Amino acid sequence: MTTSELILPAMASVTRVDTVGVEERVGRFQTRSIKRDSKVTALKLALSMIDLTTLEGRDTDGKVRQLCYKARHLHDALPDIPHVAAICVYPTLVGVARRALEGSRINVASVATAFPSGQSSKKVKIDDTRFAVSEGADEVDMVISRGAFLEGEYAAVFDEIAEVKGACGEARLKVILETGELGTLDNVRRASVLAMHAGADFIKTSTGKVEPAATMPVSFVMLQAIRDYFYATGRMVGMKPAGGIARAKQSWHYLVMLRETLGQAWMTSDWFRFGASRLANDILMQIAKERDGVYQSIDYFSMD
Amino acid sequence: MAKSRQPRAKSSRMRTTRRRSVASPSADRGNGRRRLPVNKTYKIYIGGKFPRTESGHYYELKSSEGTTLANVCRCTKKDLRDAVQAARAAQPAWAAATAFNRGQILYRVAEMLEGRKPQFADELQWIGHTRQASINEVELAIDRCVYYAGWADKYQQVFSSVNPVASAHFNFSIYEPTGVVGIVAPEDSALLGLVSSLVPAIVGGNTALVIAAAERPLCAVTFAEVLHASDVPGGVVNVLTAPAGELLPHLAGHMDVNAVVYCGDAASDIRDLQACAAGNVKRAILRGGSDWSSETAQGPYEILETQEVKTTWHPIGT
Repeated sequence: MTTSELILPAMASVTRVDTVGVEERVGRFQTRSIKRDSKVTALKLALSMIDLTTLEGRDTDGKVRQLCYKARHLHDALPDIPHVAAICVYPTLVGVARRALEGSRINVASVATAFPSGQSSKKVKIDDTRFAVSEGADEVDMVISRGAFLEGEYAAVFDEIAEVKGACGEARLKVILETGELGTLDNVRRASVLAMHAGADFIKTSTGKVEPAATMPVSFVMLQAIRDYFYATGRMVGMKPAGGIARAKQSWHYLVMLRETLGQAWMTSDWFRFGASRLANDILMQIAKERDGVYQSIDYFSMD
Repeated sequence: MAKSRQPRAKSSRMRTTRRRSVASPSADRGNGRRRLPVNKTYKIYIGGKFPRTESGHYYELKSSEGTTLANVCRCTKKDLRDAVQAARAAQPAWAAATAFNRGQILYRVAEMLEGRKPQFADELQWIGHTRQASINEVELAIDRCVYYAGWADKYQQVFSSVNPVASAHFNFSIYEPTGVVGIVAPEDSALLGLVSSLVPAIVGGNTALVIAAAERPLCAVTFAEVLHASDVPGGVVNVLTAPAGELLPHLAGHMDVNAVVYCGDAASDIRDLQACAAGNVKRAILRGGSDWSSETAQGPYEILETQEVKTTWHPIGT
């Protein structure tokens, strides 16, 4: 769709969220008993959905190359494990990651638009996006202007997302709502609706720089928004919880929630991602535990 | 008259002593007031918290007279996994604490034990010890804590060495904690055996998880409360209760456990322990058959059992 077709929906009529109901429902996603073969299947699926991430001020070319090596060789002692979906880095390091991942099917994702605060002019944000794409990013993770959103300047936020989407070209656009700064689940729902109507290919919970980051209630509200948007428009939008998901067990709680909210069509790395760095090792340890029957130690797995 | 009164008084006092029964947790205190006793729930100790077992399973612990003393958590491998995680998380900070500080904290444990002497003595009596034997055991346990507290900042300089080498190097060996130690406490000694097997492991900067004696777990749980009140950081000691045989294979196979101290004497358990321990070449230390009340059950070599020697070659100018 082109930018001119995008229309800001009536924000006042966005569905309200029943917080108590959401928490109760989310609680039930965490009580499924998933063991042995089903567990290994779920863990491998989760592994294939990971955006292996490093977003530190101290990132260097070497650090990114090491991460890319890790993405290609998660744990060579384990046969039949998938590779992660993507590497997620700052725009200046996209080129390094691109070269390090040549010949693999792992995508390079870049954060952009004055990540993580988004406090800059629109021109800078657009340039940031263009730079990331020109360096070879397959996916762009943008942040919304939370200040403007909370002031009720929905049109400004909407336009910004739409323009960044325009600057992305072929690259897929993930829109970070930074739910930890939005305050209420109603705001999360509103921001999700706004981002999807503005052309987001993915909506993403957090930058990972603000606490709380991804939580199940917030992700559930976003998944419901995606479902309702799909029913209304027929367009699929992906989901990416990011930050704070470090345990294998949490990953299958999210998969259960995904399956029971959006269904089987979303159960691939094309439509669901985990933004995480520590999660991969915990999943590998669980897979190794299922294979060998003994609890594992982080000493025998690669460093993040 | 005086002569005949004297022995009567003596004998009546002795009778009183013999008749004095231990207040078991459900007994009527007999002071005329009717009230329901508030009995302690014996839970487990993981990461500085007192949760129940994740499994929800328990077993009944009977007194020597056959009454139920407590429903004790029957821990499973998941509790063991949580305990190892807690111990691993606590290990670097505990090892980084100064030796003097670790000694102070262990001395504090002894102080807290002293104050709780009657409680431990009661718990030992419920399982059939005499009053005197109970008090003796608690006092020995206190003294043992003080003994190891003293060693905290001494074993390093006694056992480390400077080694002669035939090159221009300053060569020295020092002791470092091995990491996370699993301890299968002895079945024949509820408190003293636990203290004697646990304290030498933690004094040297290891963190530990203890599988308490299944038939005598009460003192272990109460000892966890003592640790909790003695500046011992959460996670340094974790206490689980379960029949040891159910947890031992998972403990022995766990790749993140660096040593297991086994105080039982079942030959099949020892064989399994040694076979499983080979997975990550963890130390399997056998201390079955120890006479815990003897002085031979304590010593600096017990500390060294869970230490690794690090040798450094430092070049020196000629």
